[in-house]
Order: sequence, then C-alpha cells, then structure tokens
Amino acid sequence: MQHDLILRIAAKLLIPMIMLYALYVQFHGDYGPGGGFQAGVIFAVSIFLYALVFGLPAAMRVFSPTLVQALAAAGVLLYAGVGVVSMISGGNFLDYGALNPGDRALGEHIGVLLIELGVGITVAAVMIMLFYLFASPIDADDSGGH
Amino acid sequence: MTENLLILLLLVMLIVIAVAVHRLRSLFAAAMLFGLFSLVAALAYVLLDAVDVALTEAAVGAGISTILMLSTLALTHQRTEARHRRHLAALCTVIFTGAVLLWATTDMPGFADPESPVHQHLAPYFLQESASDIGIPNAVTSILASYRGYDTLGEVVVVFTAGVAVLGLLGGRRSSGRQRREED
Repeated sequence: MQHDLILRIAAKLLIPMIMLYALYVQFHGDYGPGGGFQAGVIFAVSIFLYALVFGLPAAMRVFSPTLVQALAAAGVLLYAGVGVVSMISGGNFLDYGALNPGDRALGEHIGVLLIELGVGITVAAVMIMLFYLFASPIDADDSGGH
Repeated sequence: MTENLLILLLLVMLIVIAVAVHRLRSLFAAAMLFGLFSLVAALAYVLLDAVDVALTEAAVGAGISTILMLSTLALTHQRTEARHRRHLAALCTVIFTGAVLLWATTDMPGFADPESPVHQHLAPYFLQESASDIGIPNAVTSILASYRGYDTLGEVVVVFTAGVAVLGLLGGRRSSGRQRREED
C-alpha cells in the first residue's frame, strides 16, 4: 500500500481531520455527545490509518511503543490523581467540588474535564498498543521484502 | 410511529446480519459484517436518542473492533472449518432459554413508559439537578464522570489492565520480531 498515491494523499487529508474531530469529541463532551472513551478511540483510529497507509514503522516513529505504554499508565494516573488532589483539598476521593471550594460547580467542571482527558489518553494509548501488538508480525513480513 | 417502524426494521436487520455472520465460513466477510452489525446498532441507538451510546458503538464496534479482528485474522486462518454435526441437546437448550427470556419480557414495563421504575428513582434528580450540581449541560457526561466517577475509574483501569494483559501475551513476540528486523 506504500506506493498508492491516491490512498496516501487521501489519508494525509483525513488524518488531521480525524484527530481534530477526536479533540472536539473529547473537549465538547460536556455539551454534546462524546467524552474520553469515544475521543480516545477516534484518535487511535487516525494512528491506525497512518499505520495502514504508511506502514507500521512510520507510525511507531511518531508514537513509539514505549511512549504508548507510558501514556496508557499516565491516563489512569491522571484520573486517580484528580481524586487524590480532591482528597488533599479536603473532599472525598473524586469529589471534584473540593477542587474549587468557592464555586463547587466550577470545581466539578474542571474535575470532569481532567478525568475525561485521563480516560481519553488511556483509551487511545491502549488501542494503539493493541494495534501495534496485533499488526507487528504482518508488517515484519512486509518489511522483509525491501 | 415511523420511528418505531424504523427501529423495528433495524432490529430485523440486526437479526439478519447475525444469522449471516453465523452461516458464513469466510472469517474476513464475518468480520466486515460484524462492523456492519455495530453500525446498524448505532443507528438504532440514534433513533432511541442515546447519542452517546451510538457514538461509542460506531467508534468502537464498527471502527476499532473491525480493525482489530482483521489484524487478528492475519495471524490465523481466513476460513472456519465446516461443521456438519448438529447437537439436538444444544438446540433444545437454546430454544428453552430463548422461550423463558421471551416469557420474562412480559413482566417488563412498556417501551418508553415514563411510569417504569427506572424512570422514577434517580433519573428525575439527575435530569433536573445535574446542570446546577456539575455545571455541565450533558447529563450523560455528568453521570459518567462525576456521580459515577468511581465506576468510570474502574472502567479505565479495566481498559488499562486489558492492554497490559495483551502486552504480556503478545509483547515478547513483537520484540523478537524487532530483533529479527535488526539482524537483517
């Protein structure tokens, strides 16, 4: 697939739009449908498309397997970290209102944004990780050809 | 009325696709039909006004799952072996269980009945108060991320654990592949 010009150009046009849409779904989840789970999956799809058209090694240069593994853990850490910070601020675990005692609703909003970001990072990273793991041997055979 | 008919049509399509997936011997076609199954299910969710679920179904079911199944196919065979034997006991069990489940649905509240228990307990509070409690218009996000924050944390940990498990199962093979490439 690496020499198909039309596919490459179409992918180049589509990938940034998919990424932008993922960010929209991520940060507009408070107002419309969407949230971290969906955004993470959509973002992962853009990397899948890149890997399918330009080859797995090219995708791994952008998001190295080590980075992806670290990000998968970082998302969970961010989520749980928000809970710990709200405990330190005097509330219960994951009681986001405690993040901003003056205006609890604003604190809740900030908390929701942060934990959704954590969800998005973990889901995207785990999906990319799974794809790398499943797709690796196929690509190893391909790269043997040239 | 037309909406109900559309939903009914989509449900019939789901059954048709499910039967087709079962009958197909080509795993590639079955994987593609699974993606179609999710897409039709997502349409049904949109008609039921469950847009968040529809978005998830379309992205995960039709998108990611299909790609992952196809990449798994590359590791295995493309076709299943034809099975000729029919298990009468299994057929009886399935028919019996299905009949019991159908019979049990007669006890369920009517479709979209506002008086049903699920719409009387916590749902009115969430719909009326979540906007002022959390400051977010989308009640689904409020429930998922704030009221049910523990559950969602658990879900993220499940996703993470699943990723780690697959890494443990397949990770060694990938690094050996990389070594082979480096040796080349």
